[in-house]
Amino acid sequence: MSILINKNTKVICQGITGSAGAFHTKGCLEYGTQMVGGVTPGKGGQTDANGLPIFNTVAEAVEATGASASMIFVPPPFAADAILEAADAGIKVVVAITEGVPVLDMTRVRRALDSSRYADVSLIGPNCPGIITPGGCKIGIMPGYIHMPASEASTGKAVGIISRSGTLTYEAVWQCSERNIGQTTCVGIGGDPVRGLNFIDCLDLFNADSETDGIVMIGEIGGTDEEAAAAHIKANINKPVTAFIAGRTAPPGRRMGHAGAIISGGEGGAESKIEALREAGCHIAESPADLGSVMAKALGL
Amino acid sequence: MKIHEYQARDLLVKFGIPVPDALVVETADQAKEAYEKLAAQGTPLVVVKAQVHAGGRGKGGGVKLVKSADEAGEVAKAILSKPLVTHQTGPEGVEVKKLMVAAGVEIEKEYYLGMAVDRATASPLLIASSEGGVEIEQVAASNPEAILREPIDPAMGLQGYQARKVAYKLGLKGKQVNQAVKVMQQVAKMFIDTDASLAEINPLIVTPASEEYPDGQVLAIDAKINFDDNALYRQKDIAQMADPAEEDASELRAKEFDLTYIKLDGSIGCLVNGAGLAMATMDLVKLHGQEPANFLDVGGSATEEAIAEAFRIILDDPNVKGVLVNIFGGIMQCDRIARAIVSAAQNVGFEVPLVVRLEGTNVDAARKILDEAKDAIPAMVVGTDLTDAAQKIAAAVAAA
Repeated sequence: MSILINKNTKVICQGITGSAGAFHTKGCLEYGTQMVGGVTPGKGGQTDANGLPIFNTVAEAVEATGASASMIFVPPPFAADAILEAADAGIKVVVAITEGVPVLDMTRVRRALDSSRYADVSLIGPNCPGIITPGGCKIGIMPGYIHMPASEASTGKAVGIISRSGTLTYEAVWQCSERNIGQTTCVGIGGDPVRGLNFIDCLDLFNADSETDGIVMIGEIGGTDEEAAAAHIKANINKPVTAFIAGRTAPPGRRMGHAGAIISGGEGGAESKIEALREAGCHIAESPADLGSVMAKALGL
Repeated sequence: MKIHEYQARDLLVKFGIPVPDALVVETADQAKEAYEKLAAQGTPLVVVKAQVHAGGRGKGGGVKLVKSADEAGEVAKAILSKPLVTHQTGPEGVEVKKLMVAAGVEIEKEYYLGMAVDRATASPLLIASSEGGVEIEQVAASNPEAILREPIDPAMGLQGYQARKVAYKLGLKGKQVNQAVKVMQQVAKMFIDTDASLAEINPLIVTPASEEYPDGQVLAIDAKINFDDNALYRQKDIAQMADPAEEDASELRAKEFDLTYIKLDGSIGCLVNGAGLAMATMDLVKLHGQEPANFLDVGGSATEEAIAEAFRIILDDPNVKGVLVNIFGGIMQCDRIARAIVSAAQNVGFEVPLVVRLEGTNVDAARKILDEAKDAIPAMVVGTDLTDAAQKIAAAVAAA
């Protein structure tokens, strides 16, 4: 099994005519994702380079294609609007790749999505690589070939991966695949301070997924989400969790690339996160090079 | 983005938040004149404050109380004459170009008032404490109950009842309450309207009772405001307040090429794609006994020219004794990095050891490029994996 998306998921791309949207729509199609169309206001009725229909609104796209997931590449000033449009049109998995969305826009988006009306909508991102169920469905910008479908893993083991960082996710995936540990689903939750799905949401989904044997969790400095996740793991998660926290050497007060990666007000340092996760029984990877080996050991391989 | 205190004060005035009189000056003579103007309005005590972004100005000697025009002139001259060193500036300090000369006020009681974006509630958050004048982090550590938090609906702003709740909990009385409520609501409005990421008024004070203010006046004495870089496109007035002199020259240079570079104190230069991997690479360097010289994220779509510039910026740092390249190609194609390394070797030259670890998209093409160029770049070693690369660069630098 997998979480959130699978080979039957029908996906549209919002911002399909932009350079990034077009490039990655093609990449997802080549991976085998059921891309069924795209949205660019003003270009409804046309088709893209792959022959996919383009619609003016997400509502029209959903009605015509039955899509339940959307991959968003619209520029930052319009990203919040695009997320809300997707949710309003009945999209259930909204994947916002866009980097650079103003944080106050995201607070407004969260006010809307947190209401009961959108209880069944999952937002992934923004500022994230997306989500992939290897061998089934890729929605995002990650290199597909590094992943290993759970069904192809010779160890018979598969993990779920949750990460705030893009390239560090690839690192974890690669190290698992090299050890013949498959991945059920990998979720890049994004590097912004206010975002959609968080560690806890994904931990619960993986915990309930029968095919997922273990979970790799990659956090970084900034905020207290990893501490909250640690408490949640201790109380609710019964699968082995391997954790790595990036930013042990980051100086306080400096934003380390990601808008969310900053140690401020005595909060958000790496050490307290690592201690909380260790205390919760997680298997800590001290080095980013150890993600795969620590996970393998935790799975008894 | 950060702004100066005098710019923050201007914003407070624009949003109707009461502040003491103040003037901005650039010379000792102007400081004298400013003193005389303020003294003529009945304030013999005046504060001269260095306008730099770094915190810790008071302890660094950048904030002085003066009692005469001559003293104002002398103090201004002293502060302007040499770089100001605080715990946030590093030993070289920062040049002071502007001073704020502000009317001194009598203080009955100090409070803290702040705004930030709260990740847990995904909302703007009003933060207040009756322990003003000290760093809020200290209060958070020593007396966390003294900090009040009020999440704000970004579409509705801070409601009156929320502000009253905070004001009464702070222990404000009588006519102080309505003044403070107005200040809080306006600070929240300013925060949301200007896409701020942090706003601190510390201290917010109440003056002793006067005829005009029988319960004292609520005044904002010092303000610090930061803004969301991602929103500057729609905040033209705010963006204009940026002071390039306050930013590290190499960080500005990096920004021109869409690179994220942060200078650190170590000796191993790092060139990485992705913020998380860049941080993890720094950690890896440290784990192998060395210190990173920088954080550098080239991003996913950097051109060969931008990557070559990244090498130049790293190698311009005299502390750099070795360079570690760690790329996991996703959108970024490894062969592009390889070509940039070859071009940097030709145009910049590597006089320090260089260890390259590449994985991901187009890695085979990249390895071929590096293999063909290896005789031309004697300083270069290829790392087979992350640990191998970190060990090799640490060993090379330790041996040098």
